[in-house]
Amino acid sequence: MITLLVALVVIPGTLGDLLNSYGMKRHGEVADWSPRGLMRLAGQLVRNPYIMAGIPAMAISFFALMSLISEANLSFAIPMTASSYILETALAKWLLGERVDWHRWAGTCLVAVGVALLSL
Amino acid sequence: MRKHSLIGKTVVVSIVVIATNVFGNYALKVGLGQVGTVVSWSPLPYIHAFTHPWVALGVACIFAWLISRLLLLSWADLSYVLPVTSFSYALSALAGALYLHEKVTSRQWAGIIAITIGTGLVALTFPETVVLAPPDTGDSGPGE
Repeated sequence: MITLLVALVVIPGTLGDLLNSYGMKRHGEVADWSPRGLMRLAGQLVRNPYIMAGIPAMAISFFALMSLISEANLSFAIPMTASSYILETALAKWLLGERVDWHRWAGTCLVAVGVALLSL
Repeated sequence: MRKHSLIGKTVVVSIVVIATNVFGNYALKVGLGQVGTVVSWSPLPYIHAFTHPWVALGVACIFAWLISRLLLLSWADLSYVLPVTSFSYALSALAGALYLHEKVTSRQWAGIIAITIGTGLVALTFPETVVLAPPDTGDSGPGE
């Protein structure tokens, strides 16, 4: 059951991250932080198909995480959800065209190692 | 000039993303500890859990986390946001140790240190390396 929950946290979470990142990058930098501006942003996001696909994927990941937290220790449950970091960074480079220099690779690998150490 | 304001904005929003994540997970853990195990294909046990004040507070924090993370992703790269905001995992482990009295082993302390250094390394890079949005023509964005 815990393996299934971890898969349900990681796979939809990765997909949701990529869709949300692409959708927000296509939208462009949010510069208007007034309540009116944020309301207008909400209206734009509702019509953004990438965000509308990304949020349900994140929701599946979130509900699976909620179940995982109620089943396992916080110090196990939380780090497990970060196990896809390296894959997501590679996908961000290849699919989203991000420039991932050695600082980012080294930092991401250290974070992944740290997360693994936390969950052991 | 834009570079400086973008870095400042990135730092502030990253702190909000990290804080709402840590506090949201902490509140959910406390709340779910009192509600009991929730593993079901039916939405009813989840709806019942939401009526618990700690769970409701946790869900509100996770909602704030989702929104602030979307705002951050509107300019910052996913390969920047992921490791930088993962500092929340180190803070969550510390919160578990300090407030929920979960045991933190020396190996886990090493993990916390590795995450901190990794987060710092990525934070040294400029957050935006790719722009996919059409050039700003004075409109408030696509769809308008």
